[in-house]
Amino acid sequence: MVRNTQVSLCGIKLKNPVMPASGVYGFGGEYRDFYDPNILGAVVLKGTTARPRFGNPTPRVAECTSGMLNSVGLQNPGIDAVISQELPRLREFYHGPVIANISGFSVEEYASCCGKIDGLVDIIEVNISCPNVERGGMGFGTDPELAAEVTRAAKGATAKTPVFVKLSPNVADITEIGIACQEAGADGLTLINTLLGMRIDIRTKTPVLANKIGGFSGSAIFPVALRMVYEVSRVVHIPVIGVGGISKAEDVIEMMMAGATAVQVGSENLRDPMACYRIIEKLPNLMEKLNIENLVDIINIAE
Amino acid sequence: MSKLCRFDILENRQVAKDTYSIVLFGDCSSVTRPGQFVNIALEGHYLRRPLSVCRASTESMTLVYKVVGSGTYQLSQRKPGTGLDILTGLGNGFDITESGENPLLIGGGAGAAPLFWLAEKLIEAGIMPRAAIGFNSADEVFLAAELAQLGVPVTVSTLDGSMGARGLVTDTVGRIGLKYDYVFACGPEPMLRAVYGLSEVDGQYSFEERMACGFGACMGCSCETKYGPKRLCKEGPVLRRGEIKW
Ligand SMILES: Cc1cc2nc3c(=O)[nH]c(=O)nc-3n(C[C@H](O)[C@H](O)[C@H](O)COP(=O)(O)OP(=O)(O)OC[C@H]3O[C@@H](n4cnc5c(N)ncnc54)[C@H](O)[C@@H]3O)c2cc1C
Ligand SMILES: Cc1cc2nc3c(=O)[nH]c(=O)nc-3n(C[C@H](O)[C@H](O)[C@H](O)COP(=O)(O)O)c2cc1C
Ligand code: FES
Repeated sequence: MVRNTQVSLCGIKLKNPVMPASGVYGFGGEYRDFYDPNILGAVVLKGTTARPRFGNPTPRVAECTSGMLNSVGLQNPGIDAVISQELPRLREFYHGPVIANISGFSVEEYASCCGKIDGLVDIIEVNISCPNVERGGMGFGTDPELAAEVTRAAKGATAKTPVFVKLSPNVADITEIGIACQEAGADGLTLINTLLGMRIDIRTKTPVLANKIGGFSGSAIFPVALRMVYEVSRVVHIPVIGVGGISKAEDVIEMMMAGATAVQVGSENLRDPMACYRIIEKLPNLMEKLNIENLVDIINIAE
Repeated sequence: MSKLCRFDILENRQVAKDTYSIVLFGDCSSVTRPGQFVNIALEGHYLRRPLSVCRASTESMTLVYKVVGSGTYQLSQRKPGTGLDILTGLGNGFDITESGENPLLIGGGAGAAPLFWLAEKLIEAGIMPRAAIGFNSADEVFLAAELAQLGVPVTVSTLDGSMGARGLVTDTVGRIGLKYDYVFACGPEPMLRAVYGLSEVDGQYSFEERMACGFGACMGCSCETKYGPKRLCKEGPVLRRGEIKW
């Protein structure tokens, strides 16, 4: 029997639910030595800001048990260069859906970036795990009011492209933030971003990251991400993209059963550049074993 | 072009204090220049470990590494006949076509490994380099005999004076007034800085940075240069003197 891996996000058809997460796939070209990106459900671009950014000082990656830390700090060439150079370059070899990932340090910055890229990509994913410089660095993603404000601004600045809000897990109650974004008009949610973490080099007695703390990702965070996708999916009616610690086809199925319509694979790509290929190749096989005919049938199936 | 391949360990032996040389058999077609590196997956370690290529042919390559932590320790315990999952052909490597007539190869510690293949390539191109290499003490010295066998005049320095000249390799080069018209440097950053400060002579410098992917995807290894940010795993690890921003 043919196994149907197709899913759809706000009417955008994906041939399978697997896409790389923002920040591990550059602007789409870095994996071409390994496989054709056209096998992916979608491509998600590196976090983009209004102006070019170098990001934080190095070292800005560190290893952990079953995971890693990063404090890259949104290095990107800025929204104008992404639109004029990176997007056209990507379209030369990739013909599937594209998701842009937008970050900002003020509500206006989010709105202006979203407005510029509206209509040029298939989905805009707004990353709210950023400090609000206008409000003493408080995270947009940790306060329901601020999260709603960014969502409204992004929706107000766009007319053509659906807006997904990417949530931070560093909160007491993620359902509260998810509901606030939905009420503010979000077309979908992506969760989760990285968990705050730290490593200290016991030989030098200093933090490994120059920035001291960073975002924890990788297979170690899978149960946390799964729990949050499960909790949020139960209280919202907009589609959820699940991300966090996915490293194999089994994780994709589990994440979809928890409520995700599609999934993103992050750090696993950095240790195995064939990760997405491997997962996509395995999916039909696994569906057969589990007696799943259409992948959409298992979305949110876990009680 | 980078490539993900299985390699068989042919040999893995200690060559100096805490320093090992590993010979790997497999597809080395992507390793084209001295100064390039590979990224090795090790069991129980989430991220791969980057190591420079010390020498390579089409089907085998040698890496020289120092045991500094659990990853390199695990590698040192691996037996010939077992396999490794390696990402090869990473980084830009040295460009020997830019060399002068009398280049100096300068390196320190395990980071000096790429100088061997570089010397071979220069000699093939009809250029006989000089080499100056530095270590902490005599028991850490490697590469000196191999370079000498190629006919390369080698100056060894050790910090404690137990072999060759006493002191830092850059102090030695300055003191004995070595003449050179181009420099190829690799080693720890303080050494690179000192080489840079020795003279105005043009050259190429190979840098190290903590890495995650090693193939340009994560932006973990970026550094600022005079011509904008560069990923040391992709547009590096070798930078031209003229672009370095300290
Ligand atoms: C491009 C490049 C080429 C290199 N070539 C060589 C070589 O030819 N020979 C050699 O002995 N060493 C080389 N190194 C350094 C080598 O990668 C580290 O010594 C090694 O990763 C340490 O791993 P570990 O698990 O033993 O140590 P741990 O300290 O336990 O490692 C923990 C983490 O820190 C990273 N790390 C630790 N030290 C370094 C370092 N100096 N540079 C980058 N990452 C580090 C590891 O990769 C790992 O992710 C190179 C590094 C780079 C970036
Ligand atoms: C190196 C690195 C860079 C990242 N950059 C971004 C980014 O620019 N924007 C964003 O929304 N998330 C970013 N993330 C978070 C990932 O997209 C993802 O949410 C997180 O890593 C959890 O997934 P994982 O466990 O599969 O890696 C980054 C993660 C890593 C490891
Ligand atoms: S280590 Fe990932 S970009 Fe260089």
